[in-house]
Amino acid sequence: MTDQVTSVSVEKLPTGITSFDVIAKGGLPKHRTTLLSGTAGSGKTVFAMHFLASGIRDAGENGVFVTFEESAADIRLNMGSFGWNLEQWEREGGLAFVDASPDPSVEVIESGTFDLGALLARVQNAVRKVGARRVSVDSLGAVFSQFSDQSIVRRELFRIASALKNMEVTALLTAERTLDYGPVARFGVEEFIADNVMILRNVLDDENRRRTIEILKFRGTDHQKGEFPFTIVPQKGLVVIPLSAMQLKQKSSDIRISSGNNDLDKMCGGGFFRDSVILVSGATGTGKTLTVTQFLKGGADKGERSLLLAFEESREQLFRNAIGWGADFERMERDGVLRVLCDYPEVTGLEDWLLAIQQVVQEFKPTRVALDSLSALERVGTTKAFREFVIGLTSFIKHQEITGLFTSTTPTLMGGASITEGHISTLTDSIVLLRYVEMFGEMKRGITVLKMRGSAHDKGIREFNIDKDGMHLGRTFRNATGILAGTPVHVSPNDLERVWSNLDRDERVSSGDDEGAAMSRHQMDRRRK
Amino acid sequence: MSDASAAAYVLKLYVTGTSPRTSIAIANLRRICEQELQGRYELVIIDVVEHPQLAEDEKILATPTLIKQLPPPLRRVIGDLSDKEKVLLGLELQPTQKPLTNTSPRP
Repeated sequence: MTDQVTSVSVEKLPTGITSFDVIAKGGLPKHRTTLLSGTAGSGKTVFAMHFLASGIRDAGENGVFVTFEESAADIRLNMGSFGWNLEQWEREGGLAFVDASPDPSVEVIESGTFDLGALLARVQNAVRKVGARRVSVDSLGAVFSQFSDQSIVRRELFRIASALKNMEVTALLTAERTLDYGPVARFGVEEFIADNVMILRNVLDDENRRRTIEILKFRGTDHQKGEFPFTIVPQKGLVVIPLSAMQLKQKSSDIRISSGNNDLDKMCGGGFFRDSVILVSGATGTGKTLTVTQFLKGGADKGERSLLLAFEESREQLFRNAIGWGADFERMERDGVLRVLCDYPEVTGLEDWLLAIQQVVQEFKPTRVALDSLSALERVGTTKAFREFVIGLTSFIKHQEITGLFTSTTPTLMGGASITEGHISTLTDSIVLLRYVEMFGEMKRGITVLKMRGSAHDKGIREFNIDKDGMHLGRTFRNATGILAGTPVHVSPNDLERVWSNLDRDERVSSGDDEGAAMSRHQMDRRRK
Repeated sequence: MSDASAAAYVLKLYVTGTSPRTSIAIANLRRICEQELQGRYELVIIDVVEHPQLAEDEKILATPTLIKQLPPPLRRVIGDLSDKEKVLLGLELQPTQKPLTNTSPRP
């Protein structure tokens, strides 16, 4: 029985558009018509041509492009920037245009009823000529504007859509809409012409443009729901960024790698996990960039390649500071164990950053990736876009089975959590907090491992110092509370005694607190005095 | 009107197969031409189903489409040509049989 069900289900045609096939669960429904609706500038024509281009180039499936809006000559020119040589494909018989764009020099007078029989004959002729498997029609709205009698156009479009199905081609029909959140398409009938409906959006939100694609319906077959960000890249075309696609597939490794700092490794129960993402959070000057530098140096010392994505400091600043902590970035780069990507976050959108980072990772193949800082990237896009960026980046990093170390800056000097943390703390495997601690008129720095997925870790807040060799961890701030909240309160030894005696001693021992195991807490506290 | 203007009108009618609409358009056009352009026109009827490439070259979408090739300017009338006034407008003719244009006939 199940076999029968499978055999009648709708087949999908992989479009070849990066990651679109993931959200479409295989591609566009085969031998059906799909409406692609979107506002002006939302990327309809690019999608329509990309669909044909990847068919011709990668799948040996020829295509016909029916244009009602731009002339074929304009499209040939405009699509050149994506690396698609349309003229060559036309010469080789892989692509045919049906140029139905209006000719402003010819006046057309309507006298009586008509049909679009000539258009249909031309489309059929082109499909036959190149043996097309894919047809793109761009755009339906422009057909309406060429004729005054809209009821005829409506009837004829239905006829053409059903003729396309009979030709056994997979067709993509574009349509305009006036609002990004409103009726599916301008003339109110477009969505009924096609079997399936997809929507492209180009929303201006908080001065940032955000492109998304949503599959509204696939008749008789499945797809992922909701809006997915995409971007249009030179030499590539349309790239969809799937968020849920990669998430659950990642493996989990129990291989540990060094953070570059022995003390921190101990706090983490032996180092970071190989395919984990670590968030280092702290106020400005608490040692985030230092943690990053150590992490990179730790990789370089073992001959591992690292990638640094720096969005806060200039290259010169970074390199000078690293020297100050005993890491020679310049030599590491020369040795090919480090690559530093340094740029203003504002130069491009978050979707493009994600793609750029993925590309560098795939080229350079690092085992460690550090990003300093996420907070700098946060201001480039909307909250949603930023969240999607972090999801995309973390899942990509885990997928590559490499280690990612991100930093985030807290807005207040003492305590507090950043907005960044709120968004991504659930996505990261480990969180390391760096905090200022004010005690008796002195500013100290504290470090704690807040979370470490799948491993025991030191739960204490340890004091640390920074000198020319880097970061040195000291004792736990045992005679103070309220450090994380930003209001440390000194606790008298008597109170401490009472509190600690109620706690399970074993827990602290097993957590890797090397000091605590040896002596009683009371003794320790006395020693510190 | 000199004799040289006799063949001044070159008309093309694009149709789809032998549908009722095709027959109506051809009948309408023949009648108008006989009334207004007697002996001064040349009419070519093209079936887009048989000659899709001609429709492609001429960028025809609708059928029936009447094209006034000559005299210039190029004009198109789409539909079954049941509205005679519109057809005459497209051919730049007045019902008085006098062409509106004063362009000199071509050799």
